[in-house]
Amino acid sequence: MAEDWAEGGFGLYVHWPYCAAKCPYCDFNSHVARFIDHPRWRRAYAAELARSASETPGRVLHSIFFGGGTPSLMEPETVAGIIAAARRLWPVANDMEITLEANPGSVEADRFAAFRAAGVTRISMGVQALNDTDLRRLGRIHTVAEARGAFDIARDTFERVSFDLIYARQDQTLDQWRAELNEALAMSVDHLSLYQLTVEDGTAFGDRYALGKLRGMPNEDLSADMYAMTQDICGTAGMPAYEVSNHAVPGAESRHNLIYWRYGDYVGIGPGAHGRITLGGQRYATECPKAPIQWLDAVDRGSGELPRQALDSAEQAQEFVMMGLRVRQGIDPARFQRIAGTPLPPDRIAELVDMGMLYRDQNRVCATPQGFMVLNAVVAALLT
Amino acid sequence: MTDLAHIRNFSIVAHIDHGKSTLADRLIQSTNTVSQREMKEQLLDSMDIERERGITIKAQTVRINYVAENGEEYVLNLIDTPGHVDFAYEVSRSMRAVEGSLLVVDSTQGVEAQTLANVYHAIDADHEIVPVLNKIDLPASDCDRVAEQIEDVIGIDASGAIRVSAKTGEGIRETLEAIVRSLPAPKGTRDAPLKAMLVDSWYDSYLGVIVLVRIMDGVLKKGDRIRMMQNGSVHHVDRIGVFRPAMTVIDELGPGEIGFLTASIKQVRDTRVGDTITHEKHGVEKALPGFKPSQPVVFCGLFPVDSAEFEDLRDAIEKLALNDASFSYEMETSAALGFGFRCGFLGLLHLEVIRDRIEREYDIELITTAPSVVYHIHMRDGAVTDLHNPADMPDLTHVDHLEEPRIKATILVPDEYLGDVLKLCQDRRGIQLDLTYAGSRAMVVYDLPLNEVVFDFYDRLKSVTKGYASFDYHLTEYREDNLVKMSILVNDEPVDALSMMVHRDRAETRGRAMVEKLKDLIPRHMFKIPIQAAIGGKVIARETLSAMRKDVTAKCYGGDASRKRKLLDKQKAGKKKMRQFGKVDIPQEAFISALKMDG
Repeated sequence: MAEDWAEGGFGLYVHWPYCAAKCPYCDFNSHVARFIDHPRWRRAYAAELARSASETPGRVLHSIFFGGGTPSLMEPETVAGIIAAARRLWPVANDMEITLEANPGSVEADRFAAFRAAGVTRISMGVQALNDTDLRRLGRIHTVAEARGAFDIARDTFERVSFDLIYARQDQTLDQWRAELNEALAMSVDHLSLYQLTVEDGTAFGDRYALGKLRGMPNEDLSADMYAMTQDICGTAGMPAYEVSNHAVPGAESRHNLIYWRYGDYVGIGPGAHGRITLGGQRYATECPKAPIQWLDAVDRGSGELPRQALDSAEQAQEFVMMGLRVRQGIDPARFQRIAGTPLPPDRIAELVDMGMLYRDQNRVCATPQGFMVLNAVVAALLT
Repeated sequence: MTDLAHIRNFSIVAHIDHGKSTLADRLIQSTNTVSQREMKEQLLDSMDIERERGITIKAQTVRINYVAENGEEYVLNLIDTPGHVDFAYEVSRSMRAVEGSLLVVDSTQGVEAQTLANVYHAIDADHEIVPVLNKIDLPASDCDRVAEQIEDVIGIDASGAIRVSAKTGEGIRETLEAIVRSLPAPKGTRDAPLKAMLVDSWYDSYLGVIVLVRIMDGVLKKGDRIRMMQNGSVHHVDRIGVFRPAMTVIDELGPGEIGFLTASIKQVRDTRVGDTITHEKHGVEKALPGFKPSQPVVFCGLFPVDSAEFEDLRDAIEKLALNDASFSYEMETSAALGFGFRCGFLGLLHLEVIRDRIEREYDIELITTAPSVVYHIHMRDGAVTDLHNPADMPDLTHVDHLEEPRIKATILVPDEYLGDVLKLCQDRRGIQLDLTYAGSRAMVVYDLPLNEVVFDFYDRLKSVTKGYASFDYHLTEYREDNLVKMSILVNDEPVDALSMMVHRDRAETRGRAMVEKLKDLIPRHMFKIPIQAAIGGKVIARETLSAMRKDVTAKCYGGDASRKRKLLDKQKAGKKKMRQFGKVDIPQEAFISALKMDG
């Protein structure tokens, strides 16, 4: 029988750690630097690709994802080099998806053609808001006009374009968000990531929140109402949620992110990148040093990875459920049993079904719309 | 051995923070009883909890050699006693072993409730009392006013009160002289048969039980065979000594002296405090009057947070009980909390001290259930039983009536807070017995039900008086009242650990406060949860905790898997600290916080 990871596919994540500016809500591994030694980065990525491929020879690569940071600040030559190397090192699927995250500024838009030429098929743009006041409050350096301009160029350049919006922002009303969401849907986009603003520790927003100075955040009821309304509007517009925060016209789902949620294997290279790799029947969690220079130095010494962690069956089962229930198709209980060695607890499933949080669909267990709203509690009830 | 004329035995009476331990430290230090190197703060308080809270829990003894101004050398035996009401029994019995007391009053504060309670113990024991006005180094010190207050309130002559700063050492010499001059020497006959009072005893893991004795008559020597008059048990004395304050072995103890003995006794329970010790042969016929044994008045359940630690808890409780005969326990099973112990204490401070010691010294996290008092249940068939736990309340059809313990509480409070104090006492079903003034301070005496005081009365008193009130009480009697058992139902399931006895007239108010508190304390679940208070089958208060509406991580990609999994593990650990009732998780703090009232 095929290994478990094959049910989710195999992808490559490449992390570019630099941004032009740090956003106050962002807890991703991003850094601002005055000087970047691009040739050194190209050499490092190439070395890491070769090292990873030697461990996973012959696997069919379904996706490459350039995340960050702001990967649209990478030199197109670097992107091209990575894509070419991946194609050389692994057999690739005919419909391989290659996504690059982009800041919707005019500088980046000028490079879109070059990224397209390098092989990028899909752009994911951090638009975040469709009014300038809120963009400033979110610490974004672009304007709505720039974002719309960049989006139009992207639309003409790439097969598929997605963008992100952050909602449940400070002082945002239900009506304001409805209007903004409708505007977004009118932009002939095929994929939308709609995230409620989350205050994370270790960010500028987190610090302000801790001091009680982040005002106007929605309460639980408003944030629930906003989420429910978002599902309604997007569903009606033909872009239903296929994951908690992700919407797509059918067929335009992010194949790369589905690898995570379906618990496939993925190689993660670049500072702070995580991966899941199954070798010899054992699934490992991989992680790279976060600081850019440390990662580069580690690569020079032979491996850009920190010591690997072997995941035991219970840990894998947790990750499988945690990730899997986020998607509309839910999880396959038989696969859970293969991973965990024990079945999903039938009494808990029955209880959560009774409560209207889960439903059974043929051979799968899925979250209901109500279940999605409180998914953390559902997962905790299943696993703790 | 010292001749009687050169012995002085005394204790120190003081309100908390009036400087008793500091004064004791100074007396010890100025007589070079310990070297400067060994000197530390609160020398006689050996438990961490005593040092931290600045209180004395166990009585401690120290023998001081002092050369007086008349050139003669005296032996001064100090028994340092606890100041807190919970340990009043320790105070009263320690007082029986000495002839005099220093009454220490903070000259910036004046007489407080505990000063009163303890000084009355001293007066009861026929003590000669030497007033000491402490903290004269502070600008707010007002010795004349405080001396006058001592005369007014306590009724003893304070004209010769010694003015002391235990902090700077001023007046320490005068205090020592006053002890020699004003306190009587003990009486006793060396040639008479041995008669010794068992003042206290405690367990030492090296020496076994250590017995603190006061010799009344006769001589006690190493190698003697002694008899405990209470149960007739005979022991061979293998060590005799005194505290300086470290244990120092000597050859014999004569009349009037205070010291210790060890005799390979295994359990503290074999040494009854207040018992009379005599020789096996040629002993005395008549024992000393003895002490009233202390009775636990407050009960609560102690359960391990992690049920796997039940055996560890049993071990800890057994060890603590070895050294504290006033602490009682029996196993208890709760549907809510699993296996634990129902424990009896002398009061709330005693409860807190024991709980702290279990958590700290034995590293066991505890859930403490609502403290409750002992009720007398009068059954229809005439039988009377004690009720220690509301969960054990028998079927009402068999119950004729209930009685609850009442206390006489004395509160001293500055004028401006008097109104709030009266309201608090009134709200707690108090009956005013007396109200007098001493300067700008009022002294109120209330008859209160102990069950209204046991939980948070002292906290409330402190908060309404900004800490300026002092409070002391003693049990008076059991009295019939309209008492009922109130149950709490969470999601329609009764939670036994939250049930409590209340007065019928206060049930609605208490019930309402409880369900409102619980609504805040129980986290939202995926479903709505009714929380009810009921008497029998009748619901008297109800709240509904609405279902959680949103709890989902917005972003979760490949890089988040490990982090979110750790979050889930943390949640799992957090859930361990909850108790499950049907489908509802109740956090452990709910069991105690729910009972704290705001009014």
